[in-house]
Amino acid sequence: MIDFTLTAEQETLRRTVAEFAREVVAPVIGDLYERGEFPYEIVAGMGKMGLFGLPFPETVGGMGGDYFTLCLALEELARVDSSVSITLEAGVSLGAMPIFRFGTEEQQRTWLPPLMSGERLAAFGLTEAGGGSDVPGGMRTTATLDGDHWVINGSKSFITNSGTDITAFVTVTALTGEQEISTIIVPNGTPGFTVGKKYSKVGWSASDTRELAFDDVRVPVSNLVGPRGRGYAQFLRILDEGRIAIAALSVGLAQGCVDECLRYVKERAAFGQAIGTYQAIQFKVADMEVRAHTARVAYYAAAAKMLAGADFKKEAAIAKLVASNAAMDNARDATQIFGGYGFMNEYPVGRFYRDAKILEIGEGTSEVQRMIIARHLGLR
Amino acid sequence: MNIVVCVKQVPDTATERKLKSSDSTLDREAVDGLMNELDEYAVEEALRIKEAHGGEVTILTMGPSTAADTIRKALSMGADKAVHLSDDALHGSDSLQTSFAIQQVLGRTGFDLVILGSESTDARTGVLAAMLAERLGVSQVTLANKVEIDGSTIRIQRQTDYGFDRVEASLPAVVSVVEKINEPRYPSFKGIMAAKKKPVDAPSLADLGIDAAQVGLAGSATTVVDFAEAPPRAKGQIVTDEGDGGSKIADFLASKKFV
Ligand SMILES: Cc1cc2nc3c(=O)[nH]c(=O)nc-3n(C[C@H](O)[C@H](O)[C@H](O)COP(=O)(O)OP(=O)(O)OC[C@H]3O[C@@H](n4cnc5c(N)ncnc54)[C@H](O)[C@@H]3O)c2cc1C
Ligand SMILES: Cc1cc2nc3c(=O)[nH]c(=O)nc-3n(C[C@H](O)[C@H](O)[C@H](O)COP(=O)(O)OP(=O)(O)OC[C@H]3O[C@@H](n4cnc5c(N)ncnc54)[C@H](O)[C@@H]3O)c2cc1C
Repeated sequence: MIDFTLTAEQETLRRTVAEFAREVVAPVIGDLYERGEFPYEIVAGMGKMGLFGLPFPETVGGMGGDYFTLCLALEELARVDSSVSITLEAGVSLGAMPIFRFGTEEQQRTWLPPLMSGERLAAFGLTEAGGGSDVPGGMRTTATLDGDHWVINGSKSFITNSGTDITAFVTVTALTGEQEISTIIVPNGTPGFTVGKKYSKVGWSASDTRELAFDDVRVPVSNLVGPRGRGYAQFLRILDEGRIAIAALSVGLAQGCVDECLRYVKERAAFGQAIGTYQAIQFKVADMEVRAHTARVAYYAAAAKMLAGADFKKEAAIAKLVASNAAMDNARDATQIFGGYGFMNEYPVGRFYRDAKILEIGEGTSEVQRMIIARHLGLR
Repeated sequence: MNIVVCVKQVPDTATERKLKSSDSTLDREAVDGLMNELDEYAVEEALRIKEAHGGEVTILTMGPSTAADTIRKALSMGADKAVHLSDDALHGSDSLQTSFAIQQVLGRTGFDLVILGSESTDARTGVLAAMLAERLGVSQVTLANKVEIDGSTIRIQRQTDYGFDRVEASLPAVVSVVEKINEPRYPSFKGIMAAKKKPVDAPSLADLGIDAAQVGLAGSATTVVDFAEAPPRAKGQIVTDEGDGGSKIADFLASKKFV
């Protein structure tokens, strides 16, 4: 019953993505990151490998893989860089997934194929300035019916992949009535829909994050995703899955810290010896490996439940909590092991350090994960 | 067109590679194997030729059972089928025997074009393409950085120190490629899944009419008699600049006959 052995195909994919990350991402990402530039060529390369279509069936233009296989790819990418990994994660689980899970056949035919190939991206606009943890409480964006159009007014904050040159649309959640949230597709370029300029971020600098404004934006009623009023349930499902993916990304970052340190502690000498010969350093690296490993086991377990069709909410929350902690702790330790060089942007660990913090915030903060876990334990 | 690509699984060049003291052959079990890098270019070129002209791409490898990983990768990139020649008796084969064994496999698959890497990263003899062409009695067009097929003619640019030569031959032919030729694709997930269902033929030596005594360590024309680890790099000489650093460096280079 307990078997976390990857299939030969998953193993091949994992290795292929690792190779891609090493050969295509690693040489250029430091520069893109420094300049805050979106990695278009890397995205195109990932598209060619079919990564954006991984968990979707071939009937909608996907690759016929599953969500766990996507997580393996996210982990390997994040082992080298998180901006690239989050671009894929958001593209798949926030961009395409809502349309795949809740969209009509017509919507799927229209919107999914270019997303599956990675030629276009889509975003999910949930968070608003008023609050990301308490989404219904913070929601001010409205959509009202006017004939056969929805008219949208409001704004969204921190929306990943929403303003790239290849972004096709943003799926937004909006109030369509008293305590009624619905999900609506808004194509980029629709009059009244303004994509703000890029935020200046602490980390994930090569990923695209924007503020969005909607001023009497009119879209056809056919852009409603799923039944009216189902928005709340829909995004909960999307976020539950997304947590496993963010956990995988976090494990990648945590493991990337181990990779970098293993190399460095053998080369760097202090007091006449390689620093890796000191037990204080060895134990630090051992602890880092333990965190990466346990976090990986946690997301594998959550994914196994999800693929088996069982309730996986608690396990997903645990995985996200453990893994984002692991990433944060490992980034801190790795930076310490690198000493002054760890504080320099030219080494990957500096980037890992800056990229780790958001993992404890995005797609549900660590506090929100604990709330979910406590609820599952019957505490209210 | 019937295109056969010869691929070799080699030890990862990033890891430490060792010869076995028992028989002076490479310890292939001790290290992670992967496809010889130039062979990825060979596979890519075959796929491009197939995409442009139609046909079928067959992967041919001679190597231990672990070489199945390399075959899977080539099939994932898009090759149609493979032949995996694997037999303990082949262990220790030198270039002459390897080319002989591959020739026998080619007799079974048939071919219009055989593509090889110009050199492996482990043994690096760089002679296999030439030996194979000779054995098969067909043209060899080697060190190609560009390949064009025009009916039954093959034209290549042979990479040279001074630029390139244009070489033309008629098919069937054996080509070896250099890395300037293309940019190999990464397998897509669809390709990886499809590879699972692609046929891999595993003929025995008997199927190929090869007598076990003709190949392997015993039958080899060459023997590695002895080997030694590369000596550790000697300590460098540090030149301290006391105003005359430039001339000291020049003297040093002159003493080593660099200038
Ligand atoms: C780079 C980046 C990319 C993002 N991408 C997207 C995206 O693509 N789409 C999208 O919709 N959103 C996105 N977000 C938004 C993200 O999901 C939210 O920032 C996150 O959910 C937290 O919401 P908030 O910022 O409003 O914090 P708040 O909800 O205001 O929380 C503030 C603090 O209070 C704590 N807190 C809140 N409630 C409780 C409680 N009941 N008990 C204890 N503590 C509590 C929180 O844990 C947090 O520490 C992104 C954010 C960033 C930074
Ligand atoms: C350290 C070492 C030293 C050796 N020295 C000698 C020596 O001095 N003389 C000698 O005759 N042999 C030697 N060998 C044996 C040699 O490994 C084999 O003979 C081998 O088949 C010749 O390969 P190569 O890699 O040098 O070929 P190369 O000519 O360098 O390889 C060119 C191309 O041939 C194809 N190819 C090579 N091997 C295979 C294969 N097994 N299956 C499918 N395609 C293949 C690939 O396309 C490859 O890119 C040595 C081996 C080792 C490990």
